[in-house]
Amino acid sequence: MAYKTIIEDDIDVLVAGAGLGGSGAAFEARYWGKDKKIVIAEKANIDRSGAVAQGLYAINCYMGTRFGENNPEDHVRYARIDLMGMVREDLLFDMARHVDSAVHQFEEWGLPLMRNPKTGAYQREGRWQIMIHGESYKPIVAEAAKKSADKVFNRICVTHLLMDEAKKNRVAGAVGFNVRTGNYHVFKSKTVIVGAGGASNIFKPRSVGEGAGRVWYAPWSSGSAYGLMIGAGAKMTQMENRIVLARFKDGYGPVGAYFLHLKTYTQNGMGEEYESKWFPALQEMVGKEYLDVEASHATHRPIPTCLRNHAFISEVNAGRGPIHMVTMEAFQDPHLEEIGWHNFLGMTIGQAVLWAATDVDPKNENPELTTSEPYVMGSHATGCGAWCSGPEDVSPPEYFWGYNRMTTVEGLFGAGDAVGGTPHAFSSGSFTEGRLAAKAACKYIDDGKAEGIRVSDEQINRRKKEIYKPMEHYKIYRNEITAGTVNPHYINPRQGLDRLQKLMDEYAGGVTVSYMTNEKLLNIGLKKMKALEEDLEKVAAENIHELLRAWELRHRHLTSEAVIQHTLFREETRWPGYYYRGDFMKVDDANWHVLTVSRRDPETGEYTMEKAPCYHLVEANE
Amino acid sequence: MPTFVYMTRCDGCGYCVDICPSDIMHIDTTTRRAYNLEPSMCWECFSCVKACPMHAIDDRGYADFAPLGHSVRVRRDEEKGVIAWRIKFRNGKKDMDLVAPITTKPWGKHIPQLADASAPSQEMRDSQLLYNEPKYIRLDDGDLHTLKSNGLKMQKGVYY
Repeated sequence: MAYKTIIEDDIDVLVAGAGLGGSGAAFEARYWGKDKKIVIAEKANIDRSGAVAQGLYAINCYMGTRFGENNPEDHVRYARIDLMGMVREDLLFDMARHVDSAVHQFEEWGLPLMRNPKTGAYQREGRWQIMIHGESYKPIVAEAAKKSADKVFNRICVTHLLMDEAKKNRVAGAVGFNVRTGNYHVFKSKTVIVGAGGASNIFKPRSVGEGAGRVWYAPWSSGSAYGLMIGAGAKMTQMENRIVLARFKDGYGPVGAYFLHLKTYTQNGMGEEYESKWFPALQEMVGKEYLDVEASHATHRPIPTCLRNHAFISEVNAGRGPIHMVTMEAFQDPHLEEIGWHNFLGMTIGQAVLWAATDVDPKNENPELTTSEPYVMGSHATGCGAWCSGPEDVSPPEYFWGYNRMTTVEGLFGAGDAVGGTPHAFSSGSFTEGRLAAKAACKYIDDGKAEGIRVSDEQINRRKKEIYKPMEHYKIYRNEITAGTVNPHYINPRQGLDRLQKLMDEYAGGVTVSYMTNEKLLNIGLKKMKALEEDLEKVAAENIHELLRAWELRHRHLTSEAVIQHTLFREETRWPGYYYRGDFMKVDDANWHVLTVSRRDPETGEYTMEKAPCYHLVEANE
Repeated sequence: MPTFVYMTRCDGCGYCVDICPSDIMHIDTTTRRAYNLEPSMCWECFSCVKACPMHAIDDRGYADFAPLGHSVRVRRDEEKGVIAWRIKFRNGKKDMDLVAPITTKPWGKHIPQLADASAPSQEMRDSQLLYNEPKYIRLDDGDLHTLKSNGLKMQKGVYY
């Protein structure tokens, strides 16, 4: 190959993927590492990358201790209830106690936060959410990251982590290629903070053809956070905990502001309230501890997102769809109507496009809702990600191994979607996790933990060969056929993605099976995944753009395999409404009030699964 | 389609290519103008639309669910710190102008250069504090929350 090898050496902190998490890491690293070399490798352009590229109309994680609103432990309890008990409460408490300092800095940098004219506090949308004019949220935060970093490499698709050859299980940097020039980039670094994203597009989307891009989570969220870390042998947790979203139909426009601020509500196709009638049977499945409608009404204890999904899905399957969002009342108020539209323009423009195209004026007609295909990520109402150490002053022994947010691979840290067990971090919490990881990474280096790292030319050359293989493969076999995309020797990345989505959908609980799976289905899914893995060795890329898609597919595949393994391991239905294990339809606290932890052996590809204890934050005198 | 480029307006400057998060805005080698080469990986995020100095990029809703004849246009002005939208319905009955701020400060001027901030003390390094903390947590003299300060402990078992 004629592509150049470009080596960036002597890096102290390499940030792989600079969305909100990675930007927080790069920003903060400069403070703790004044003379350290901080480098960002970003797949797109840092000014518009990650899940916040389009903007946001709310910051969904803000305590407001300054205004006497909430304490960190309140947020931990909220996340615990919403995720049916399965969260890392040390990590959540730690994030929550720091998150406000991030938000206050955003305001100082120029991010427009709305204020409540009566109280002077930030305008609340709900208990945890504050409203912002966040069209430029990402460019503003990116500016902070750029000021701190020594170098920003845009358009680098990081494909693999480099591993130390002097000490086992220690990270040594990362490699990838430039999606413009095609050049091979090697980053030799003492630490790596993975800020890459979770995964859209691994389950077959509801949309078809062109609309396949209008997924809820960004189409460029290719599960690289998981692909990179699983590939390096890091332990993962809660990968079964995929999320399904109830959203405006087709456009997947957000509903948070509608429910919380505009006070819109849902009803079935007959115009009836439908949720409550599903709750008694649901209570049988999950237990009164997890669904207690009276207690929820009395104490504002939330009803878990997944359980509300369950009522939605059940009502539709009973033939009383569609589910509508009742907007016609709120939208008579011109001020609220404007907020309703701004909310979309700020973060899901496609929904505004769709309503304009279909003449849906929510003032005169109640729009349809739907439940999405599942997504695998770790910062919304779900907590997939790496098994990471917590902070020294909070974490019990099973959750602590020296450095905050460090994975089970030494020197490898995570932030945002990359960290498991920390749902409800959202944008501000992901940024905060990046800051925490950066401080810990600097300490790790200062403690002398990164001495004597060795990376051989053999490792660098082996990865290079591997990275460009899809292009080689294309060159060798392309001319065996006249034209077109049908070739007995290869599949292209799109064909591979279609296969992955179909099998995840049918065997791992996607939309076409109403989120249902069981042991038999999952085992068939694993078998098909194995065959797909073999075929991924024969993926062909016609050009550098397709090479990018080929490596995104690799990361999605590794993510998906972890999802199936974890789903198979957890023999219960912990989150009805996210997915169902048909062979174990109940919540089983006696056996499964635990976090699931996996490791894929990078040499053999074999999975080992274990249970980790679930610690909860309780009153000191309890 | 989702986004597409008008032939007569595009001058091939490549701003859209530079900004697209999905790597789908490319320059066509024949026309030397930009185009969306993979609409099924387009999020309709409008990053390219906002970045185009010629206003050459527009959006047509996804073919699988959005009928033709609508329009959502945008102008983003960093100098003035505002973004202006215009939404036109297919049936022509609704035509909305919406304006929102995108920043409250001159661009980039109020973001600190942390290399110039005074170095943290050893005590600060050994603490759980981050840059600007504890001050920025509550903007008063309050300290960071700990298990002790909040009367909490971590306990194994089944709690709800």
